[in-house]
Amino acid sequence: MTSFIELRNVTKSYRTLQEEDLLALQDVSFEVGKSEFVSVVGASGCGKTTLLKIIAGLIPYSSGEVLIGGSSVKGPRKDIGFVFQQPVLLPWRTVLENTLLPIEVMGLPREEYGRRAQDILDRVGLSGFSNKYPFELSGGMQQRVAITRALVYDPDVLLLDEPFGALDAMTRESLNLELLRIWSDHRKTVLFVTHSISEAIFLSDRVVALTPRPGRLADVVEVDLPRPRRLDVMQTEAFGMLAKRIRSLLGIGEEVGGIE
Amino acid sequence: MSKLFQKEWVCSVCLLAVLLVIWEVTVKYFEVPFFLLPAPSGVLTSLRDGLSESLTSRVGFYLHTYYTVSEALLGFLIGSGLGLILGTLIAQSPFVGRVFLPYIVAFQSLPKVALAPLLIVWFGVGMTSKVVIVAMLTFFPLLVNSIAGFESVDRDLLEMMRSFKATRWQIFCKVRFPSALPFIFAGLSMAIVYSLIGAIVGEFIGGRHGLGILILQMNFNMDMQGVFSVFVVLSVIGIAFYLAMRLIERRVVFWASRSRDVIEL
Repeated sequence: MTSFIELRNVTKSYRTLQEEDLLALQDVSFEVGKSEFVSVVGASGCGKTTLLKIIAGLIPYSSGEVLIGGSSVKGPRKDIGFVFQQPVLLPWRTVLENTLLPIEVMGLPREEYGRRAQDILDRVGLSGFSNKYPFELSGGMQQRVAITRALVYDPDVLLLDEPFGALDAMTRESLNLELLRIWSDHRKTVLFVTHSISEAIFLSDRVVALTPRPGRLADVVEVDLPRPRRLDVMQTEAFGMLAKRIRSLLGIGEEVGGIE
Repeated sequence: MSKLFQKEWVCSVCLLAVLLVIWEVTVKYFEVPFFLLPAPSGVLTSLRDGLSESLTSRVGFYLHTYYTVSEALLGFLIGSGLGLILGTLIAQSPFVGRVFLPYIVAFQSLPKVALAPLLIVWFGVGMTSKVVIVAMLTFFPLLVNSIAGFESVDRDLLEMMRSFKATRWQIFCKVRFPSALPFIFAGLSMAIVYSLIGAIVGEFIGGRHGLGILILQMNFNMDMQGVFSVFVVLSVIGIAFYLAMRLIERRVVFWASRSRDVIEL
């Protein structure tokens, strides 16, 4: 598999108010192949969101290199779709107008992309909601709109930053299934950040484990579960072994004796 | 919800009726002199007289109302317009904001009404001086509120726009300005009330036309019924101004009260 996103020794340090340098990410290197689904897991504060925003060109990095499709990332790019932790929809725009926001900003033909937006909305189960306002939708529906907005201009890469973190477990599972369907339809290169180990395994081809403070690459775990996956794959022994492996990489459950 | 609202309305009107009756009875029973406190029935008579005068009569309401409302609205448009423009410009650069801040605070703490006599000297006893007073009064609510509005913009929305490679101007038009609108309307609601105050104060200092002048003349003639009837006219104008503003606000920033915590009046 040829690599599409490539990180080479990416390091990020912040300067705190006390004039001290705080290391957020240290020497992170990994690759994501074209059309591959890769997740980044780690405890909160391990710099996984920072890592994703660096790849999106939203935050500058201190040293190392980030390449997408062979070119160095120097700022936001039009070949990336970003889904944030919160839906961040504009409350004065309808669902359809929200999904067409990037089209307006990028100066793409509204007619053509309007149909595309409507298509994607139909497929994520929001057929009758084009003219509703965000405050009329549930949290899960709002996040579906945000995903549609990230897909509408057909970027090669989809970056998702704990997109379902604020939702309840059941909505989360159904959105995970939907995300897999979208991924197999559109064949995007996906990088998904989460703190849920099982979510990461369920979705991904490979899981990148980050250790906290500073964020360092623990290992990259290959997920060799067959696709298409159904929710009951989580009950299999292979799934449990993978979860155990990642948990030990992240150093969870070692110092504590475990929970009965 | 609407039923409860109607119930409140009925209670408000009943309360008014009861208070008016108590007022009427008290004035009649204790034989309060007419030049101290007129009875509501007398005020009603004056109100009817004032309304039945011709449009150009100097003792009727229409001519004076025309002047006062024109001064208030013209001053409101100029003052709030300038306040909005300057506030928007200041908010685009934190540096400029910090340079202007001491002046804004100094001018805001100055009672603008204190400048009214000076403005009469500068701009004469005509409409211009009143328009200037109103403009000064309505300038600051818009200046301060628009700056606060632009500062309140959700950082996540700005980052979202950046992820699409949006330009500064696109971010301003599509996110920053609409985000500031609820604050701008809070300023407009305040300014529209101030505009009437400014016009009346200006007329008190000196002028030929306006409801403020009418009050002064009636006061001089010990026509307290008339003075009270002008109060009624003024409060009707004030309520109309405010309700019109709220109506526009509800149409323009319809999303504000439902998607975030805005204090409803």
